[in-house]
Amino acid sequence: MKPGFLSRTLNGLAMLLGRQPTKPEPEEMTEDSRALHAFKKTPAERKRRKAAIAAERAEEGHSHKWRNRRWASIIAVNGVFVLSYWLDLQLVEGALTASRVFGFHFADLNSSLQLMLAHKHVVLNLVIGVTTVLALYLLFGGRSFCSWVCPYHLLSEIAEMLHLKLADKRLVKNHELDRRLRVALFVVFAALAFATGYTLFETISPVGIVSRALTYGTAVGLIWVLLLLLVEIFWSRRFWCRYVCPIGLTYGFAGVAAPVRILYDGTKCFHEGKCRQVCLVPHVLDMTKLGYAAEVRSPVGPDCTRCAMCLDACPTGALTFDIAGVTRRPPVEPPPLTPPPEGPQVGVGRAGAKTEPVA
Amino acid sequence: MNEIPQMDDQAAPEPKRLSRQGEERRKLLRSAAVGGAMVCAALAGFFQHKFANAAPRLRPPGALDEEAFLAACIKCGQCVQVCPVRAIHLADLHEGVGNGVPYIDARAQACDFSCDATQCILACPTGALSHGIDKKEQVRMGVAKLVAPDACLARKGEGVKGPARGAAFPGLLRYEQVDRWRPQPVAKHEYNLDSCDLCVRECPIEGAIAMEPLTNDPADKRRTPVVRKSCVGCGVCEMMCPAEPAAIRVEIMTTGREEGVRRS
Repeated sequence: MKPGFLSRTLNGLAMLLGRQPTKPEPEEMTEDSRALHAFKKTPAERKRRKAAIAAERAEEGHSHKWRNRRWASIIAVNGVFVLSYWLDLQLVEGALTASRVFGFHFADLNSSLQLMLAHKHVVLNLVIGVTTVLALYLLFGGRSFCSWVCPYHLLSEIAEMLHLKLADKRLVKNHELDRRLRVALFVVFAALAFATGYTLFETISPVGIVSRALTYGTAVGLIWVLLLLLVEIFWSRRFWCRYVCPIGLTYGFAGVAAPVRILYDGTKCFHEGKCRQVCLVPHVLDMTKLGYAAEVRSPVGPDCTRCAMCLDACPTGALTFDIAGVTRRPPVEPPPLTPPPEGPQVGVGRAGAKTEPVA
Repeated sequence: MNEIPQMDDQAAPEPKRLSRQGEERRKLLRSAAVGGAMVCAALAGFFQHKFANAAPRLRPPGALDEEAFLAACIKCGQCVQVCPVRAIHLADLHEGVGNGVPYIDARAQACDFSCDATQCILACPTGALSHGIDKKEQVRMGVAKLVAPDACLARKGEGVKGPARGAAFPGLLRYEQVDRWRPQPVAKHEYNLDSCDLCVRECPIEGAIAMEPLTNDPADKRRTPVVRKSCVGCGVCEMMCPAEPAAIRVEIMTTGREEGVRRS
């Protein structure tokens, strides 16, 4: 299929459903992209990148700008829920499954889906709540919820840090699972809700459990959450968010063509793979491998949570926030016919992050 | 295991490829096991509800019949937030599929309709608290019943001096003559009754309960509370009963709660 919006969207959907990323055939790439790959594979260009990487690694340490902003966002959103109740501010009432924000109904898409399947009846307020949230997710990408709002995500990130520390010391080993598991669980939980008439997934959803525990003090459920975190620390890195959570899949579908996204610019990339190392869903960054990008500038797919860890990790500014149709960028320059003069200073640094996100 | 997919696809030697296949199979098995565990965890909540035979919970006013209510509730707690007497609580994980579903512990804090009825219903985003109810008289949460007649002060001909439930009781009740809008602590309200009639006196539903003489003898001070059909099961009588444990309690309904709902 020709590169472009349709092929990108279909590929994004397929990856949401658990397909492994594949390297596009040359005919599936744009001409510019093919030329860029060819240029990047020239010995002189390889040598230049190697030197630049060496220079860049001399000054180690990476930014946590986006992570800090995101953590602030998670704490702020959940904090408003808690304070609204305890100080009776009436700003945001409810929990993350359903709430009223300044009086407007918000309803979680996955909770509502489960409820509709179980109850087989819908009231207007729920339709309003679902529509509002769906509109937001169509715009910002559904999985933005995961990394910018979900309180379990924050706990899970801390568990991930511990996991990586232990893995570094070879005390634990990450056990990867099949991403199709999430799709299977989505189907099973939907079928169970319909068949039993109970919202069974809600019973074990750590998002609802943590959200309610924060506001209403229902602490028994935290035992289950702790159990999940222990699995993530000692056995499988981020296993809930990566392989289990059907909520993430629902949101992924909702944001399949969201204009707010992360954009990969192949011209700036050194193909070091640092972004894929930190990413919650590394399959969405497959195009950052040398020769894998179908387009010179590729938006990252719908499974991406816009957590921007990759932006923090990327030393060259090849990944930036982008709003389709809004962010202005200079046109793609064709690769130079002769490689630039050698020198470690070329192209190094955090240049290129010009756009401010709206998240 | 490799965290980072390698860039260069070198042809792996034969034995390595076999082990990669083995690794794939193991990964698939692991995934199936994890999936099974997650479904089992959720099903545990279901079986807990179906077979543990736990005592039913008193649900907030307007709740659909129990099974429909559990399905329709989105577990957000907005009903908890609007209740002026904080009568509503959310159940926790050990209640299985009831996790996150609101309930009322009437003895500790009953719904006294201080909000002038059904704020919780208006707050409910899913209609699990039926939007077809707009008057407290339509509510059917349960029916009050004199479960321990021998403990009833009225039947013993005894009165009440001081607060109904002692000075340490934290419950609230609307005392209209004190404040029309703000519910007052029950502990601050002193009674001086020759014969206890708190369940009748404080009942928020007119005519739901009455005191009747125990015998035909006019000299006999003893009375007995009689619950009428209009009782909605709010539990104020249970909260206010000075006997310990309460002589009158709400028998919780799990079906028939939608009887009073205005059908449209």
